[in-house]
Amino acid sequence: MRLHRIAIAISVICAALAIAIVIGWYRVVYLPGDTAGRPSVGGPFTLVDGDGRTVTDQTYRGKWLVVYFGFTFCPDACPTALNTIAGALDALGPEAARIQPLFITIDPDRDTPPVMKQYVAAFDDRIVGLTGTPQQIAAVAKAYRVYYQKVGDGANYTMDHSTALYVVGPDGRFNSLLAHDLSADEMAKRLKDLL
Amino acid sequence: MRTLIGALLLMLAVGTAAADDTKLGDLTIAQPWARATPGAAPTGAVYLTIENHGASGDKLVAAASPVADTVMLHTHIVENGVAQMRPVDGIEVAAGAAAELKPGGFHIMLMGLHQPLRKSDVFPLTLTFEHAGKVDVQVHVGSVGATGPDN
Repeated sequence: MRLHRIAIAISVICAALAIAIVIGWYRVVYLPGDTAGRPSVGGPFTLVDGDGRTVTDQTYRGKWLVVYFGFTFCPDACPTALNTIAGALDALGPEAARIQPLFITIDPDRDTPPVMKQYVAAFDDRIVGLTGTPQQIAAVAKAYRVYYQKVGDGANYTMDHSTALYVVGPDGRFNSLLAHDLSADEMAKRLKDLL
Repeated sequence: MRTLIGALLLMLAVGTAAADDTKLGDLTIAQPWARATPGAAPTGAVYLTIENHGASGDKLVAAASPVADTVMLHTHIVENGVAQMRPVDGIEVAAGAAAELKPGGFHIMLMGLHQPLRKSDVFPLTLTFEHAGKVDVQVHVGSVGATGPDN
């Protein structure tokens, strides 16, 4: 009976090890990452801010970034996400100064620098809206593994786009993802834990 | 004048319906609202609740408003982390049930707004139902960060 229990315990340990090995292998093979094992999301980018100035990832070094991809014709998901970010900044109080939210358009044809500037200002002055050439947007979307796709024709086309929010550390490295459906308070708590 | 007094008496008689509620046969359209539009964004979305107090189902099949070039019924879905907005051919309201149009789901999409929607604006919207027909409602514009009809 005792031997039987030991056999079960050994089987459980072996199974757990096997699962751990498979997960580790998966991460190594499918999610190429840095030496700490984090997947390589994010990285260098060159974009244009609301005043038409060229900015890069270096521009924001030293701050925690909350990066969200969307477009200004978006009537539902994007305002909701930007309101949540604005609410989280309010909830963080003075600590919010250490965070730089970036709203990057995946619709550069319509979202020119002035359009982006006006749009983000309606939510919170602390949010920076970034656009760029179609090539610059494609590059940053690829780096962040963001999916986007134009749907429909004519002036009223819409865009499918990834909804996740990306947290990037002051060192410029990807830290974590935030779900788009967090409340402002939940987002503030997640960010406060990181600061 | 007599019609007006009649209408006022009817409103008093109904009494329980909130000020923003509109009746059409067995349907009640409650609290149509929209968010103020950020910057010069030419798109907006209207949300409302349709209650069906009748014994048979109905379907919202169209909407129109003089404030925008195009008005469409849309749904918003998130699939595998990707947000997608798609036109729908109608929004069903089953008998004895309610259909809620709210952020993150069904909405009435305004495209080509003639001017931005500003907080406290009120604008007209005509809804067409498959069986009950047409009704005009007034949409109240809340703040850019509104999450419901009351803010």
